[in-house]
Amino acid sequence: MRWQRKDLLGIRELSAEEIIFLLDTADAFKEVGTREIKKVPALRGKTLVNFFVEPSTRTRTSFEIAAIRLSADVINISASSSSLIKGETLKDTAKILEAYHADLIVLRHSSSGAPQFLAERLKSSVINAGDGAHEHPTQALLDLYTIRAHKGTVAGLHVAIIGDILFSRVARSNIFGLLKLGARVTLVGPSTLVPREFEKLGVTVTHKLDEVLETADVVNLLRIQHERQRKEYFPGIGEYVRLFGLTKERGKRLKPDCLIMHPGPINRGVEIDSELADGTQSVILEQVTNGLAVRMAVLYLCGGIAT
Amino acid sequence: MFRRVEEFLMSMTIIRNGRIIDPANERDEVGDLFIVDGKIAAKAKGSDPEVIDAAGLIVAPGLIDLHVHLREPGFGWKETIESGARAAAAGGFTTIVCMPNTAPAADSPGTIAWIRDRAAEVACVNVLPAGAISKGLMGEELAPIGSLAQAGVVAITDDGRCVQNNELMRRAVEYARMVGVPILDHCQDYDLVGSGVVHEGYWSTLLGLPGWPSAGEEAIVMRNVLLAELCDHQVHCQHISAAGSVRILREARARGVKISGEVCPHHIALTDDAIQNFDTNCKMNPPLRAKEDVAALLEGIADGTLDILCSDHAPHAQFEKEVEFDAAPFGIVGLETELGLFLDLLVHKTKTIELPRLIEIFTVNPARLLGIEAGTLSVDRAADVTLIDPELEWTVDAAAFQSMSRNTPFDGWKLKGRAVRTIVDGKTVWKL
Repeated sequence: MRWQRKDLLGIRELSAEEIIFLLDTADAFKEVGTREIKKVPALRGKTLVNFFVEPSTRTRTSFEIAAIRLSADVINISASSSSLIKGETLKDTAKILEAYHADLIVLRHSSSGAPQFLAERLKSSVINAGDGAHEHPTQALLDLYTIRAHKGTVAGLHVAIIGDILFSRVARSNIFGLLKLGARVTLVGPSTLVPREFEKLGVTVTHKLDEVLETADVVNLLRIQHERQRKEYFPGIGEYVRLFGLTKERGKRLKPDCLIMHPGPINRGVEIDSELADGTQSVILEQVTNGLAVRMAVLYLCGGIAT
Repeated sequence: MFRRVEEFLMSMTIIRNGRIIDPANERDEVGDLFIVDGKIAAKAKGSDPEVIDAAGLIVAPGLIDLHVHLREPGFGWKETIESGARAAAAGGFTTIVCMPNTAPAADSPGTIAWIRDRAAEVACVNVLPAGAISKGLMGEELAPIGSLAQAGVVAITDDGRCVQNNELMRRAVEYARMVGVPILDHCQDYDLVGSGVVHEGYWSTLLGLPGWPSAGEEAIVMRNVLLAELCDHQVHCQHISAAGSVRILREARARGVKISGEVCPHHIALTDDAIQNFDTNCKMNPPLRAKEDVAALLEGIADGTLDILCSDHAPHAQFEKEVEFDAAPFGIVGLETELGLFLDLLVHKTKTIELPRLIEIFTVNPARLLGIEAGTLSVDRAADVTLIDPELEWTVDAAAFQSMSRNTPFDGWKLKGRAVRTIVDGKTVWKL
């Protein structure tokens, strides 16, 4: 197939074919990272702006390394250095980036829909690096990539996503991607953070972690985001661990080939036992490495469309 | 003031051959309406009348919209009393009630006097101010409701905000009863709603936008029922959006509680799927809700549970709306699409109500709620008249609005029925 999109805003609007094409393209880029000279000229002369209105170190760094490996020139703008906090609107800031002839804008924003807002108004490629609780498409792609690398395929697998689903853009993008590629998805977490409404998306919702341990091919543990959650959502970390933590005991009940995933940063001893996070079933660091290949593929494909 | 000589000469207008629908007088017939010196007259007087051919048109008492934001004082870049009044005229409204969430808030007799003076000077329709329930709309202390009533407010409301303290609200209802003004309440429980921006349901789940649950409205509607009952005074619930609110109102009204509710066009014209592309012109408070809610609203209008219709005309400048969805202000302009949408949806498409009932809802009902002398074609009343072509097909063109703002999700909609001429005090203030 030919890639047609200048922007990557979310997984929901992608077809299964497009997702597979992105993953296959990432496969081709994966090897670059193992070379002695980790660089290809694919985006030479292009300017990429990492525009992070909401703070992030991991995703920003990952995009930056991916862009550098493609030979793009990278500028980082964060909320603290941005004129947004001086009262400039997102539209005006973006127009200025365009006036600099930025080819790609990687946007992280606390409001759902902000990347779409930019994409509708700019000729530059807009890549969503996470918007509100909406989507985080490159995270889902790297999760799918990692699953496929281990299991050969995503179709037919049972994937459990555990934790704070309500506020999670990672969860939403994963749900859309997994369903499109034919996986069976179960969401697990407290009823306050996994409302039943999610069942309308085509997934199973449960509030008992024990129900999925023995059948899951993949468990994806989401970070419990202390900073975002008001105290009404769950009584406390201790109770969360008791009900939903992947403890050592629960870990023993997983299938031997069940993958343990986490988008990071990990709260050791909260959503996952520290030893399990470092154990043989964990692919958490592979996810990070694969993230580079996936982001190279996204930047390469979308950057090739924008004029 | 010296009066001009011309004003001593009698002026006469005859509106010929229209279908006169005057629900206050139980009149529905084809005939002529006479206007002499700005008042409705029983028969022709004087000579050389202005003749308006109304064949095929509805001749209705001037329509009333009791929920409008005119943005002055304080927000003149969104709308002014002058432009908002023109928008009202273009929508067929001869009387509008402006909400107190201005800057300063309309919580003092001085601000009310300013609004009334300004309206007398520049507004082409009757502008009636509503005063605040609480000082600065802060929900902490009562505004001087008695003084506001003396200054001429027709209602009190903290619209845009909602008094959360039930005790304060109880005293407001009691006090308003003493001075004889109704309470209009924007029903929103702040704890339940939190930072919600869209209906909590399928689309909020899918898009990860903070949800605004129906219960956040229903809880306050229920609170208002209890207080209306306790204080035996009229509490009117603004812009009802949720099915549960309709059930609560229906039950209470059946028991004779002085409680009422109103509906805005957008809450029946659209559902929450309209937000899927993050269009901030579909962001309003309360939010667009689900299909079942729309069905319940229509049922409530049909059986009389909801007997007021209004626009919640909420102008915002383009630059204010063209931002991230979370950051955009709530609300849309509505005066110039309201009648068209209700005619199209309620009378033509869903056949929820018939035309005479729609006229009644737009005239007698708000006049009764507010206790004002308007909404009838009785002899000697001010000649506020709206001519409506219920069959005229037209296309909404936001660029041509009289309002200063363009924030509408209905641009380009094809509608059937609209006002074609608006007459205030016998003078045509707008015509198509």
